[in-house]
Amino acid sequence: MAFDNAPKRVFKVVGTRPPRPDGVDKVTGRALYGADVSAPGMLMAHILRSPHAHAAIVSIDTSAAEALPGVKAVVTAADFAPQDDDFLRDVQDNCMARDKVLYDGHALAAVAATTPAIAKAALRLIKATYNALPHVTDVDAAMRADAPVVQEGRSLETVPDGMSPNVTSHCEFGHGDLAAGFAAADLIVERSFTTAATHQGYIEPHACLASMTPDGKADLWCCTQGQFNVRTLCAAMLGMEASQLRVTASEIGGGFGGKTTVFIEPVALALSRKSGRPVKIVMSRDEVFKATGPTVSSSIDVKIGMTSDGRITAAEAHLRYSGGAFPCGTVDMGAQAAFAAYDLSAVRTLGWNALTNRPKEAAYRAPGAPQAIYAVESVVDELCQKLGLDPLDVRLKNAARKGTKSSYGPTFDDIGLVATLEAAMAHPHYTAPLASGQGRGLSAGFWFNFGGNTCVSLNVNTDGTVGITEGNPDIGGSRAAISQMAAEELGISYDKIRTIIADTSSLGHNDVTDGSRVTFSVGLATIKAAQDAVAKMCSRAARIWGIDEDAVIWHDGAAMPAGPNAGKFPPMTLAEIAAVSFNTGGPIAGHYEFNADGAGVSFGVHLVDVEVDRETGATKVLRYTVFQDAGKAVHPSYVEGQMQGGAVQGIGWALNEEYIYGADGRLQNAGFLDYRVPVASDLPPIETVILEIPNPGHPYGVRGVGETPIVPPLAALSNAVSRAIGTRLNALPMSPPRILKALSKG
Amino acid sequence: MKSIHVSTTINGDAAEFICAPDESLLDVLRNRLGLTGAKEGCGTGDCGACSVMLDDRLVCACLVLGAEAEGATVGTIEGVANGDTLHPLQQSFIDHAALQCGICTPGIIVAAKALLEKNPDPTDTEVRYWLAGNLCRCTGYDKIIHAVQDAAQKMRSA
Repeated sequence: MAFDNAPKRVFKVVGTRPPRPDGVDKVTGRALYGADVSAPGMLMAHILRSPHAHAAIVSIDTSAAEALPGVKAVVTAADFAPQDDDFLRDVQDNCMARDKVLYDGHALAAVAATTPAIAKAALRLIKATYNALPHVTDVDAAMRADAPVVQEGRSLETVPDGMSPNVTSHCEFGHGDLAAGFAAADLIVERSFTTAATHQGYIEPHACLASMTPDGKADLWCCTQGQFNVRTLCAAMLGMEASQLRVTASEIGGGFGGKTTVFIEPVALALSRKSGRPVKIVMSRDEVFKATGPTVSSSIDVKIGMTSDGRITAAEAHLRYSGGAFPCGTVDMGAQAAFAAYDLSAVRTLGWNALTNRPKEAAYRAPGAPQAIYAVESVVDELCQKLGLDPLDVRLKNAARKGTKSSYGPTFDDIGLVATLEAAMAHPHYTAPLASGQGRGLSAGFWFNFGGNTCVSLNVNTDGTVGITEGNPDIGGSRAAISQMAAEELGISYDKIRTIIADTSSLGHNDVTDGSRVTFSVGLATIKAAQDAVAKMCSRAARIWGIDEDAVIWHDGAAMPAGPNAGKFPPMTLAEIAAVSFNTGGPIAGHYEFNADGAGVSFGVHLVDVEVDRETGATKVLRYTVFQDAGKAVHPSYVEGQMQGGAVQGIGWALNEEYIYGADGRLQNAGFLDYRVPVASDLPPIETVILEIPNPGHPYGVRGVGETPIVPPLAALSNAVSRAIGTRLNALPMSPPRILKALSKG
Repeated sequence: MKSIHVSTTINGDAAEFICAPDESLLDVLRNRLGLTGAKEGCGTGDCGACSVMLDDRLVCACLVLGAEAEGATVGTIEGVANGDTLHPLQQSFIDHAALQCGICTPGIIVAAKALLEKNPDPTDTEVRYWLAGNLCRCTGYDKIIHAVQDAAQKMRSA
């Protein structure tokens, strides 16, 4: 594409802060989320879940439940199509256990009944007989040769011989001579870290409404980050053709990666098929914690060598992740992201994934990166402390920049890390005085950003307005950003455009809303669809004027002759061309579909000041500033919102949030009271500084912004707390009991 | 269990419903009356997404029985705007981009309105502590605090 290396720099609409199109619906309670719709004759369903961490299913007797008046259908794993593909089978087995239950909360049967109370009563009548098996919930324990085996035969050939069958994959990245690098170091620090599994913690529990008719057609309404992915998965599990299943994405009450797969949707469809009635399932919060995707838990070793003037000579990390009871590739992303912020001549990362009796991991905002970068940035900070060096100076001295061969292979194009570090250095926060007992920490962060399959249609209405049909659920204001980019390209005002998110029968495939892809990929497709419509409008004007269509250009929302030789005609605006379109060839529309590449990586730097209460072990966050390269901030308020929200999720991960398992392998804190996410009174204002280093892969320079901000907080907080209390902490979360323990040792 | 007949007032209008004795006000609002603006995020009073007014008290509708609405006045997010005119808080949340996914927004607006009726000129810290029972996972709360304070300022000068 010709524009690829010349991003546009002057904007009229992009970079402004218009009201979002779904704003009024959402502040008045009118917006419809997953649990907010009903259907005539609808049944309510509930799911029976395993009380065991690990057990063989001997038998499931559903006859008494089926006989209960008001019960219309009961399903188990036997009601789903057999799957040959490993990935599909894992997703399906996670929705409904087959042969074994693999974690506390694993689903094994479901009941649809005329009322929720009857459905719940019927669950109690299902006789499930188990043969309890030994379990393992800790990643390091799961990798030992004598560990209980969660699933047999799941190891890829990449796994070295002699490891536990729980180890499903192994990866390695890096370049250079590590031994020579460490030999050149003046100081080497080697530390081991652990991070707890955390949950995305979206406030909206999973919910869906399925309706299948006896002719095999079905409609599904659900809160999801990707309706097309839901269609693909559910159609395979139900043995349906994709065209017969229409999936509509409701408004979505948060996802953060956790709504990129299915849990209850195929179950509701199977119950609807069996009962002949619409079926609604709404998860409880307890179910969300127990049976939907938390992050990986991790155990990480990092070794870094540095010269006394702050140059990193060699860096190595060993990452052991567990994505729960099913194979999971998240460690590959952690291993690739770990040292991405550094320009290194010798670097190596090794990763292993191990099965444990925990729920199946789902993506959570930059999956795999926060853990790895937490460990790396903690060791860099300790080296800076021991060598008496400024931590920002050291990061600048070693920073990846354009032309750097990254630690995971590719050579970076234009990236914003140095500009981001310099902005942090120049910010008053960095030099503000600290009181005794307070500490300041910082960390860099990185995320790849994705592109992916994208399809957009743009319709020019005869009254001069424009409708955009896209296929990615809007979690944080993307409809506004898409409308802005269309307005910019067409040269019309923002309020002339309405962007909607289509169901799976109304548009071609769109990948899930993930990987920070939507503003980048859907935006790019929208710009190209607008250019397609502009070309058609220029052609219509040429026809009206009786000149060659090559002699017409589009400028400021209107077609005009390209120059004096093309003829003297006054410009025709979009509205004027649209008004006569039925007489010049029919309706005008633009379309674009592609598999987007060139997303452009994103770096951020976070600065935080904390104070630790030495009596209670509680950490108070005093000041927090986020610096991030957005490429081009299309709607700066929602870019700031991503930076602030990601930072606060990271603060929760660093200080409080964790999955706590008992010796019985059961989850002990499946609720918001005991799994404590940050609340308003825990936090200071989150200041934001947006840098704009244009992404060469997007005509406006846009980079994804959603994921990078959850990466730096873990190490930034750990470094701040460690400096505040004078003892380094190597485990997350830094909950008050852990801090008190560190203080008593220190 | 025999159902209970309840006569109440919701958003200024007389309303009647029947409900089970153990049925929450939230389930009544959402499932019997079609008022789905209040959301169930937890069902245990920990998230505040179902915040409504019961007489002059801010409550989690998931912790109140439907039967308790008998003779009371219930206020939900659907009654916050005055016809087609948004409440200053609602407008302020849009103007300040104080919502991302929006699932917590109804509860937070109901709770913030209750605060400003008691305390028209709160400090930032007072807003943060008042809203500590309303979880938001998207925004980090920063823009919510700004939106509440800007609305408070506009309401004071109105």
